[in-house]
Amino acid sequence: MANIMIRKSDKGYVFYMPKRDIEDSIVSMEFDTAGKWGGEIKLGNGGAYYIEPQAAPARLPYSVRARRIDGVE
Amino acid sequence: MAALTREETEALIQEVLEVYPEKAKKDRAKHLMINDKELESSKKCITSNRKSLPGVMTMRGCAYAGSKGVVWGPIKDIISISHGPIGCGQYARAGRRNYYVGTTGVDAFCEMNFTSDFQEKDIVFGGDKKLAKLIGEIEGLFPLNKGISIQSECPVGLIGDDIEAVAKKAAKELNKPVVPVRCEGFRGVSQSLGHHIANDSVRDWIISNRDGKDFEKTPYDVAILGDYNIGGDAWASRILLEEMGLRVVAQWSGDGTLAEMENTPNVKLNLLHCYRSMNYISRHMEEKYGIPWLEYNFFGPTKIRESLRKIASFFDDSIKEGAERVIAKYTPMMDAVIAKYKPRLQGKKVMLYVGGLRPRHVVGAYEDLGMEVVGAGYEFAHNDDYDRTIKEMGDATLIYDDVTGYEFEEFVKAMKPDLIGSGIKEKYVFHKMGVPFRQLHSWDYSGPYHGCDGFAVFAKDMDLTINNPCWNLMQAPWQEKPAKSLLKDPLLKAA
Repeated sequence: MANIMIRKSDKGYVFYMPKRDIEDSIVSMEFDTAGKWGGEIKLGNGGAYYIEPQAAPARLPYSVRARRIDGVE
Repeated sequence: MAALTREETEALIQEVLEVYPEKAKKDRAKHLMINDKELESSKKCITSNRKSLPGVMTMRGCAYAGSKGVVWGPIKDIISISHGPIGCGQYARAGRRNYYVGTTGVDAFCEMNFTSDFQEKDIVFGGDKKLAKLIGEIEGLFPLNKGISIQSECPVGLIGDDIEAVAKKAAKELNKPVVPVRCEGFRGVSQSLGHHIANDSVRDWIISNRDGKDFEKTPYDVAILGDYNIGGDAWASRILLEEMGLRVVAQWSGDGTLAEMENTPNVKLNLLHCYRSMNYISRHMEEKYGIPWLEYNFFGPTKIRESLRKIASFFDDSIKEGAERVIAKYTPMMDAVIAKYKPRLQGKKVMLYVGGLRPRHVVGAYEDLGMEVVGAGYEFAHNDDYDRTIKEMGDATLIYDDVTGYEFEEFVKAMKPDLIGSGIKEKYVFHKMGVPFRQLHSWDYSGPYHGCDGFAVFAKDMDLTINNPCWNLMQAPWQEKPAKSLLKDPLLKAA
């Protein structure tokens, strides 16, 4: 589990992990509605993380705990 | 046009790597790349932010250098204690020339060295008592300080002193922020982690101190982040922003104060110059206070114009007009600088090896002067820095991460640049090789280089260095022509 920060850019969501200074675009997010948000997220660099599905945050950027499923460091 | 073609550069890298043992060769190869502008991400081509190989000469610093030297040190009304043996503080004292307005020793303290001067008994019995005493003495001698930061040196982490407890107690007694910073030098691979630790400690101990307190806001409030006022850089940047109608609330951290930092959450936009050392706090403020941040570049007229317009796009029309007004005002001055120096510098090749932001930020300034950057590298960058660098640099140019002393010398011998910009540790090596050199960490005792006024200084300095007549005198007189015969020498005959 690691803390990540999700931001919004003009090209969509951006993933950022402060601990390892990894920043990458989020290619896909499993759930992206107001009521259910999160799930499996896939990154531009091929990594995949899992965020417990939850209500969409009111404001981005948003820090959240995430689990690494598969990933490049 | 790069100095070498892609194939030649590739061959050069292979040749240079040849001397290493197999394992080291494999590792170092990952840190060298040939630029390709088409690339979206540097990830596959270059590895960065990794431990330096044992046995090679690296130019990196430590976490303490990143925290005390870069982020905390320039805040003028905070006293930063170098907690540990005396050397770290003494040899890092005032080296970066972070200028400030104030009376040193009365209300400003950047140039002074405060240290707990660890002795054997402090290592054996712990240094907490000494630290508490030191804080008391500081308060007695320098009552105008606005806060104290405790910058740990290696031994403090090794013996496990509880500086947090001392800090908490002292903060209560003094009623001002006392910030423990766990920036022991052995943490991480370079000074980069020190920046991160310093940012985190600012986040935890400083940034929210004035939340909920009144602050007279304007819609044009901005903060300058990641400008350390080296030789007056931040001042040269600040006047441009103020002339276009913005109000600069805070300077982080060159010529900055604690009050400025505490007021930063009230600004509309954070302007980030050094991305590497202050992106952490910018991201935090974006999340917590909803303040957007913007990277800008105030090196050279092209980038200044671009940046001013980009900054103005966040504000209303009066600022946009202001930006155009500033650009119009300074264009004749900049054109005059270019007209004067470009003919003298046209076509010269530059190699850079610096830290944080310069290898990519100064590329535009060199190009404005008709020069070309043929190689660039960072001491402590991460991959996001290289992502940004790829776009600035020309195709087939050489990019090197954490370059070793040996590699850098070999690259210079092969690529024969007309100028090298790097640090003090490299300076005299290249001087002895007869290559013009500028120390680009603290502008070689010159500056400012930021902003329009800075560009004039920058151009003049580059000209003074490259076209200095001394470079023609590098060969000793008796080496200039092959000696014919000693006996024919009239001096010898006379003897």
